[in-house]
Amino acid sequence: MAMSAGEIEALIRAALPDARVAVEDLAGDGDHYAASVVSESFRGRSRIQQHQMVFAALGGRMGGQLHALALQTSAPDQEKTQ
Amino acid sequence: MSETTSPVQSRIEREIADHPVMLYMKGTAMFPQCGFSARVVQILSHMGVQFATANVLEDPDLRDGIKQFSNWPTVPQLYVKGEFIGGCDIVTEMFQSGELEALFAEKGVSGNA
Repeated sequence: MAMSAGEIEALIRAALPDARVAVEDLAGDGDHYAASVVSESFRGRSRIQQHQMVFAALGGRMGGQLHALALQTSAPDQEKTQ
Repeated sequence: MSETTSPVQSRIEREIADHPVMLYMKGTAMFPQCGFSARVVQILSHMGVQFATANVLEDPDLRDGIKQFSNWPTVPQLYVKGEFIGGCDIVTEMFQSGELEALFAEKGVSGNA
């Protein structure tokens, strides 16, 4: 059922080839992840649209096979400094 | 959106029209049953805005329907004045950046005052 961080990263990269993707397994259980995705294709889009692009890349797994993926998206120079 | 308006889609449309701040969540504001839902409740409570909630765990039709309604695969989902704002991550980001407060002010939703 669960997905590996590598699978998540590969799916996102397949849809957004330029993306810098960092996936973190939050609980070490293969079920709760956080991902940050930085891609030029996000520029000019709302957060909702950016997240929807990532959900689309995950091909319907989000909310099903993949229960918890905390998501942070941005265009390259719009990253927040944290 | 779908061709015909199903009862659950009409229900959602009515709820987000009736309640300026409407949260679809797992559990209730008093007893959230998911950490993501709990976090959004916490943010809204902290901001002191009044909000209504619907528990998708009590209603499988609603659970599917809300995902179709917004083309968004997860719950919680926050609506302000009928507009879909986002899920837990977006609401958290907007809260931290002050955008959520600005949005409530712009939409005439009063917070702590």
